[in-house]
Amino acid sequence: MPETLQRRPPPVEGRGWLEPLPAATRFSFRGGSGAIEALSRAYGVPLPTAACRAASAGPRAALRLGPDEYLLIAPAAEGASLAPMLATALGSLPHSLVEVSHRQVAFAVQGPYAEWLLQSGCPLDLDLGPFPIGMCTRSLFHKAEITLWRTGPTTFRVEAWRSFAGYVVELLADSALELPA
Amino acid sequence: MLIIDCPYCGPRPELEFAHGGQAHVVRPADPAAASDDDWLQYLYLRDNTRGVFAERWRHARGCGRFFNALRDTTTDQFLATYRAGEQPPAVPRDRP
Amino acid sequence: MSRFRTTRGGRIDRSRPVRFRFDGRDYEGFAGDTLAAALLASGVHLLGRSFKYHRPRGILAAGAEEPNALVTVVRDAARRTPNLRATQIEVYEGLVAESQNRWPSLALDVGAVNGLFAAFLPAGFYNKTFMWPRSAWHALYEPRIRAAAGLGVAPGLPDPDRYAQRYAHCDVLVVGAGPAGLAAAAGAASAGARVILCDEQHEFGGSLLAERGATIDAMAAADWIVAQHAALASNPRVTLLPRTTAFGYFPHNNVGLCERITDHLARPPAALPRERLWQVRAREVIFATGAIERPLVFPGNDRPGVMLASAARSYLNRYGVQVGSRAVVLAGSDAAYAAALDLAAGGVAIALIADVREPGRAQGPAATAARDAGLAVETSMTALGTSGRRRVSGVHLGRVGNDGSIRPAASLRCDVLLMSGGYTPSVHLHSQSRGKLEFDAAFGAFVPGTAAERTRCAGGVRATHTLGAALEDGAAAGVAAALAATGHAAAAHRYAARLPEARLEGTPGALPQPAGAVPPAKAFVDFQNDVTTRDLALARREGFESIEHIKRYTTTGMATDQGKTSGLNALGFVAAESERRIPEVGLTTYRMPYTPVTFGSFAGVARGELFDPLRKTPSHDWVVAQGGVFEDVGQWKRTRYFPLGGESLRAAVDRECLAVRQHVGMFDASTLGKIEVVGRDAATFLNRLYVNNWSTLAPGRARYGILLRDDGFVYDDGVVARLAEDRFHVTTTTGGAARVFGMMEDYIQTEWTDLSVWITSTTEQWAVIALQGPRARDVLAGLVSGVDLSPAALPHMAVAHGRICGVPMMLFRVSFSGELGFEINVPADYGAETWAAIHAAGQAHRITPYGTEAMHVLRAEKGYIIVGQDTDGTMTPDDAGVAWAIGKAKSDFVGKRGLARAALRRPDRKQLVGLATVDPGVVLEEGAQVVATPGQAVPLQMIGHVTSSYHSPVLGRSIALAAIVGGRARTGQTLYVPMPGADIPVQVTPPVFYDRDGARLNA
Ligand SMILES: [Zn+2]
Repeated sequence: MPETLQRRPPPVEGRGWLEPLPAATRFSFRGGSGAIEALSRAYGVPLPTAACRAASAGPRAALRLGPDEYLLIAPAAEGASLAPMLATALGSLPHSLVEVSHRQVAFAVQGPYAEWLLQSGCPLDLDLGPFPIGMCTRSLFHKAEITLWRTGPTTFRVEAWRSFAGYVVELLADSALELPA
Repeated sequence: MLIIDCPYCGPRPELEFAHGGQAHVVRPADPAAASDDDWLQYLYLRDNTRGVFAERWRHARGCGRFFNALRDTTTDQFLATYRAGEQPPAVPRDRP
Repeated sequence: MSRFRTTRGGRIDRSRPVRFRFDGRDYEGFAGDTLAAALLASGVHLLGRSFKYHRPRGILAAGAEEPNALVTVVRDAARRTPNLRATQIEVYEGLVAESQNRWPSLALDVGAVNGLFAAFLPAGFYNKTFMWPRSAWHALYEPRIRAAAGLGVAPGLPDPDRYAQRYAHCDVLVVGAGPAGLAAAAGAASAGARVILCDEQHEFGGSLLAERGATIDAMAAADWIVAQHAALASNPRVTLLPRTTAFGYFPHNNVGLCERITDHLARPPAALPRERLWQVRAREVIFATGAIERPLVFPGNDRPGVMLASAARSYLNRYGVQVGSRAVVLAGSDAAYAAALDLAAGGVAIALIADVREPGRAQGPAATAARDAGLAVETSMTALGTSGRRRVSGVHLGRVGNDGSIRPAASLRCDVLLMSGGYTPSVHLHSQSRGKLEFDAAFGAFVPGTAAERTRCAGGVRATHTLGAALEDGAAAGVAAALAATGHAAAAHRYAARLPEARLEGTPGALPQPAGAVPPAKAFVDFQNDVTTRDLALARREGFESIEHIKRYTTTGMATDQGKTSGLNALGFVAAESERRIPEVGLTTYRMPYTPVTFGSFAGVARGELFDPLRKTPSHDWVVAQGGVFEDVGQWKRTRYFPLGGESLRAAVDRECLAVRQHVGMFDASTLGKIEVVGRDAATFLNRLYVNNWSTLAPGRARYGILLRDDGFVYDDGVVARLAEDRFHVTTTTGGAARVFGMMEDYIQTEWTDLSVWITSTTEQWAVIALQGPRARDVLAGLVSGVDLSPAALPHMAVAHGRICGVPMMLFRVSFSGELGFEINVPADYGAETWAAIHAAGQAHRITPYGTEAMHVLRAEKGYIIVGQDTDGTMTPDDAGVAWAIGKAKSDFVGKRGLARAALRRPDRKQLVGLATVDPGVVLEEGAQVVATPGQAVPLQMIGHVTSSYHSPVLGRSIALAAIVGGRARTGQTLYVPMPGADIPVQVTPPVFYDRDGARLNA
């Protein structure tokens, strides 16, 4: 039998204002309040209860994407252990836990022009007031769905489904042609 | 492009939403018992209101939720949005 | 030094001369000039010919309202921009511009040809032509008219420029950076609001740019603009956008702006886009859009050299250009006096100010100042005509008596005839926002009324008369808008402004003409669309009373002009003719765009490869390296076939099909939609949604599922596997993934809220490699671990988890080819390497990658349907031959009641059957109609159509699927497919052509 294969996400070339983020373990978690509490304890991140907010503890994060929907993001190395641990903690509480680690690709849009670059295709108001640090949401970048999470004043984590990532990056790069060298 | 106040996420641009047709169309509880006329009504017949219209939207590129809205079809102004399953709030139907 | 350039003054940079070319001749201007200003400085007044009548036309205005001076700017063969207004083009070194409606030639005396087309082109021309014989239209009129008329020529090459777009948000958007707009922006900014201020010109200041002697807060206007601009520019919450036109208002304060970034540059940097389309969302919008001077309507008012008084003043004060040597000024408003005063001071002889109003109405401060300055003024005048050929040389004046009679008064020589009919507020955007308009009878124009959205108007657009009033109005609007948007109050700055008052009101319509003047020369109302008073009168005689009808019949106010200079005069004329008041005549709708916007701006980056997301599967790069050919399936790039050594499509597909039937093939099925349905009620949910019975499906087993809409028609299909008691893996068609997901969410969220179930899209989580063929198990055996591949342990429609090449795998024993088949699901990041590993391991078994074309042939040989190809949204499961999948014992599922409708149970519905051509070499056209008897006359009695058709290499003949009325009962019959030249005979067969008992599938 051949050796274990390499993970090959769609390539995202680093460009300074855009940097690929490491492969991750991801779960889409859906459930009611009981399951949310149980998962918060087991995962070690209190799942946010406010709309469109993310919470993180160490390398683990939870993004509230809908009233009963969270995206859990954890280091890739935790992939094998996390699923059974969370499933055990959730037990028979009504919920859905589905692994989507490979469904999407993450990259950071960062630096003084981060907001400016994203506004070239995202219709939301990304000013720090209406879109503060810690805010996260699904939205659109041109014709592609993205998940956008502001992790700093000038840093956004962008997640796109893998087959849309190239489209999103190319369009950002087109906008970036205008940036000062 | 309209601004639609998602009951879960707040005001967001129309681009993120999918229109879902007339609201409060009830699927007969026992379809097998529904007459052909009832079924026709349910499947195909919709209002075409000039004025305040209750309609469904889905925040498809956001939280994913279906919800309802009251929109004045003559002005494109929303009078209210509310969650699926809720009754439409009372709003003044005759606006200036 | 150009002949008509003043020696000093103006806002041009006299230290930076620029050379440019117009119609093949070289000219010189200065940085800061518009093309119109620079040409006028050289004495050029003739810039083109009119749209319909080919009359010589010059420059009427100095801004966006210019209807005549449309030119094409040429950078190279691909960069030709037609229909630009010479009054808005900034000159740059090397600018090349061409007049664009020169037919028959720009300079040829018009007398020879004028009227040749005029006879064809009365009011209602466009409507009437539709009554002409079609052949005449195509053969005669259309080609001639297209050659002769029209407004410029579009470039024939792809646009090489880039166009950017962006979304922007603000508390207060201010449109227009004249005095009111600047004051509004400053007011809003002082309250801490996020402000965007845009103006179509390259410098802010609006009407102030053409003023001399105005002061604000003890500063000269020019200095005040600089100070105001600097203060706004230093505020990080203010975005300033010069060269940016607010072209359209869209609901909920969404305003479209077009920013021109490089058009004014001699050598545009490659890094910059040519234009940027802004979609601004503002909490509050302020329209400080100003007002536009109206022409007067009289015979011969379109001759080059007949110009708006404000334009002449602007050319002098802003650009240092005398528009002529000797002017006659036709005053329909006091504004004309201000122009006369400035021009007189600037060295232009003023032959006469002919005020068209009665003495009592010609007594404003400006009129008094003109008289005090010794300028000759006559009142109760009218203009009866002009003389000159390519340039006005004189004007014939009349005097209106107390009884309304008109007698000739004087013919005066002049080389420029200035006119002011009063001002028309630029209410376009306010009107687009569905704001009300009110007719201000004293001002003689429509002014903004109640707003329909969160907008307000300020300054000249509200018919303010003085600079101080405009500033005060702007400042008040700015702080009020900021308060409404942010809740923060600020005090409006009180400006101390000084500028001689010039009252701007006028009387729209045409100047009076002697009764029975025959034949009256053309008096133009709409210069751009060549509409005269005669046309409007004709429209009324032919029964058109509503201004909306008259607009369409005569084309007045249409196209790019949108009635900027013409709208109110048309209304005034029609009102006078029909003895109604202007508001009774009505008002036409102002449509966007305010001025033309390039298609490039609207397209933005959505061109070529970036037009749409181009979705690639994990095998993509491998396929590219192998020379595979792709096809577009929705947004996906899927491999269509893998040609070897220059193979044709047919040869490659035949080879790929046979390889699957004889050995083994591999196929990238990753695009299939995948939805994980999880929860205690997952099976109940699927029972209610799909036609099948899922309760009887054991974990580890899969079933072919069919999804209907509630009307009973097939919506989607796919294999559904039960992974656990409370977990299903649902596959959908490639194109149906998103809509099936939405439909599921709809039922979960709004219909069956009693169920504990959630869905998650896993389409892109998994790479799916289909391995099909008698050797499939042999290939797999060497690669997988943790799975017993034997038929007993993993029979057809079984699912197992294990590892392939060491990575986690979900293995489906399924087949879409009729052969022994597997679908290997691996987490997508492993897809590329898994694909390569299977291909390598399969070499020993003669593995062959195949594409969608072979996949289609293989499935059609087995009669497997493709939803959307063999079904069309009006087929039931029975029509499609898959009614066997319906769970008979279920009391309800989506579509069950729909299927019970009588029309869906008729025996003469179209049913899916096979067709075998009598000649096995003939491959039918997909979509071809089918008839029962040959040789029918038109209209044929069509009884169905071909849905799928291929050459089947394993059968050595063509095969087809078709939807035929009562098709299954026709099995064995001969039908016909009418094609050009022949009716092709076909035999109706069952839809399964190969291995009807399924022995290969279950191997
Ligand atoms: Zn939402």
